[in-house]
Amino acid sequence: MKLKRIYSVLVENRSGVLCKVAGLFSRRCFNIDSLAVGETDDPTVSCMTIVSSGDERTIEQIEKQLNKKLDIIKVKTFDESQSISRELMLVKVKYNKGNRRDIMETCEIMKADIVDMSKTHMMIQICDIPERTALLITMLQSVSIVEVARTGTLALPKCSENE
Amino acid sequence: MNGADAMIKCLEAEGVDTVFGYPGVAICPFYDSILDSGIRTILIRTEQNAAHAASGLARTTGKVGVCAVTSGPGATNLITGIATAFADSIPLVCITGQVNSVLLGSDVFQEADITGAVESFVKYSYLVKDVNDIPRIFKEAFHVASTGRKGPVLIDVPIDIQNAQIAKFKYPEEVNMRTYKPTVKGHAVQIKKVIRELEKAKRPIICAGGGVLLSDAQEELRSFAEKYQIPVVSTMMGIGVMPTEHPMYFGMVGNNGKPYANRAMNESDLLIMVGARVADRAVSQPDLITENKILVHIDVDPAEIGKNAGPNIPLVGDVKHIFHDFSKQEFSCQHRAWIATLNGYRDSMKRLRSPNANYVDPAEFIRLLSLKMKDDAVYVADVGQNQIWSCNYHIVKNGRFLTSGGMGTMGYSIPAAMGVKVGSPQKQVVAVCGDGSFQMSMMELATMCQHDIPVKIIVLKNNYLGMVREYQHYTYSDRYSVVDLSGSPDLEKLSAAYGIPFLRLENMDGAEEALDAFLKEDVSMLMECLIDPMDLVK
Repeated sequence: MKLKRIYSVLVENRSGVLCKVAGLFSRRCFNIDSLAVGETDDPTVSCMTIVSSGDERTIEQIEKQLNKKLDIIKVKTFDESQSISRELMLVKVKYNKGNRRDIMETCEIMKADIVDMSKTHMMIQICDIPERTALLITMLQSVSIVEVARTGTLALPKCSENE
Repeated sequence: MNGADAMIKCLEAEGVDTVFGYPGVAICPFYDSILDSGIRTILIRTEQNAAHAASGLARTTGKVGVCAVTSGPGATNLITGIATAFADSIPLVCITGQVNSVLLGSDVFQEADITGAVESFVKYSYLVKDVNDIPRIFKEAFHVASTGRKGPVLIDVPIDIQNAQIAKFKYPEEVNMRTYKPTVKGHAVQIKKVIRELEKAKRPIICAGGGVLLSDAQEELRSFAEKYQIPVVSTMMGIGVMPTEHPMYFGMVGNNGKPYANRAMNESDLLIMVGARVADRAVSQPDLITENKILVHIDVDPAEIGKNAGPNIPLVGDVKHIFHDFSKQEFSCQHRAWIATLNGYRDSMKRLRSPNANYVDPAEFIRLLSLKMKDDAVYVADVGQNQIWSCNYHIVKNGRFLTSGGMGTMGYSIPAAMGVKVGSPQKQVVAVCGDGSFQMSMMELATMCQHDIPVKIIVLKNNYLGMVREYQHYTYSDRYSVVDLSGSPDLEKLSAAYGIPFLRLENMDGAEEALDAFLKEDVSMLMECLIDPMDLVK
């Protein structure tokens, strides 16, 4: 059975580390559904949020192989129900008089913001769980999407008292 | 003191006495500084063999093998040697020169992104960007290479860093890496679980892999097997864990192994895999292995456990530690009936060969050779039919058996045997190769002569790439493609060109006398054995 898994990976903030981690996934034929990287509160440490999927053995191997890498400090793994996940997406669409209202309504329903505009185009921003960012794309399919940029999923395990 | 001097100081601090390598401009500062040290340098004839020689030294001395080559083609030539060491978890530190660091990325002469190229074949790699990092990086590299699951580490040093002045040289006493802390001690609860299974088991068996030798745990494993009467089989990399004729040892498993070893493993009810990957050549269907038995998997690398076969009891740690902990457990078990059954299999399932009397029979020849070799001699097998015959007919006494098991790199035996001899000059070292693998490394005869490294070389000559020919015999009904080795040199003349004494054996008549002459003195010698070109390992 195919399982979806989120890996929150703390790595040394050095050049080449992203390449090594991405190389590990490609060499061992693991999927990367999404990947997001950024510095943490400690400037020597970066956090990579990797969403991957595979059978039980693959899911376990990904964690073990990540742990073997000498640039990786810590690997936390969880599924979506145990975490809060978000994705930021920017969508540029072309509008006209006829569909302007529709687009604005869709944004309102989806809790998306219009962050930039010209006489012909507007840019929509959404920050939500990945399913809902994907849903917004579906909803905007009827108007002409010009370009899309997504951050990939960011996730952290839910808060608890004993951390 | 410049960076190159610091590199040499680091090697001295690590107790390195030999560096195998090949210079070039980008590593010249290093090779200049080494002149002022007591470190022996050996000029290998192609870079790949520097890694193989370092591997041979590492495997038989317990030290980290060191090689140093130049940038660009020097570094890329080294890759197969590094990958070979990686596949067999051999501890190496490979030093490569690099172009000036300000030119990195501009594709100048002899620039190659070697840290990028070897990423999937090294345990770790460094590109040195600050001369003051050299002591820390070398300390870490030796630590990483030789602890946990061992393996090669590469250090790439740009020439300007080698020439730069180092502020203050101090070799660190400790390694401080927040990302690297291998588990050495086995978990007490898991150890108890294994002992409990051993008490229950009717047909237990230990399958020993190369990890046992890497952990230097032969004694511990042997005395455990003897005390509790647990039979032992091995993988190819595990050959030599027990003397071949030990009553508790039942041969090599796998598709090229002993049929009775495979049967013993299949019929066991408790299989203890120790330091073995459970790879495809050892176990044909690893995922089915737990259907009729309890599988205990002991390995220092947690990622090996459950990778190819799901164990019932995983046990992460160093083999030596774990068997030491096993020995402290109080329990009893007796398996007389099981051992009697296995002895029956061993007697009745011998593979019968019908050798062609016009040629040397490799099986009988190798058996005879091993009987005549010294007790603690080192036998290095190459890759091909010669390797399978060696695995199946060489009798290990108290010596070692080396081969490239994981990668199966042809040409491994001669440079590796040289490395063994350099590391242990008192040992008798024999390399056994085919005429294909010999020609992949025959340039090293010069290295043997130049540096006075007396290695015995046996070439099993059949004028074919025998292993591939055998595969084409079975799979393509004798449609041979690109396996004919016509055009090979006259080995007698070749030996004479290097001044190496030569012997030829055309059939088994006089084999004993020839071997006596071959092994008599501690000098390099080359012996050519003519093998039936149509002979098969299966």
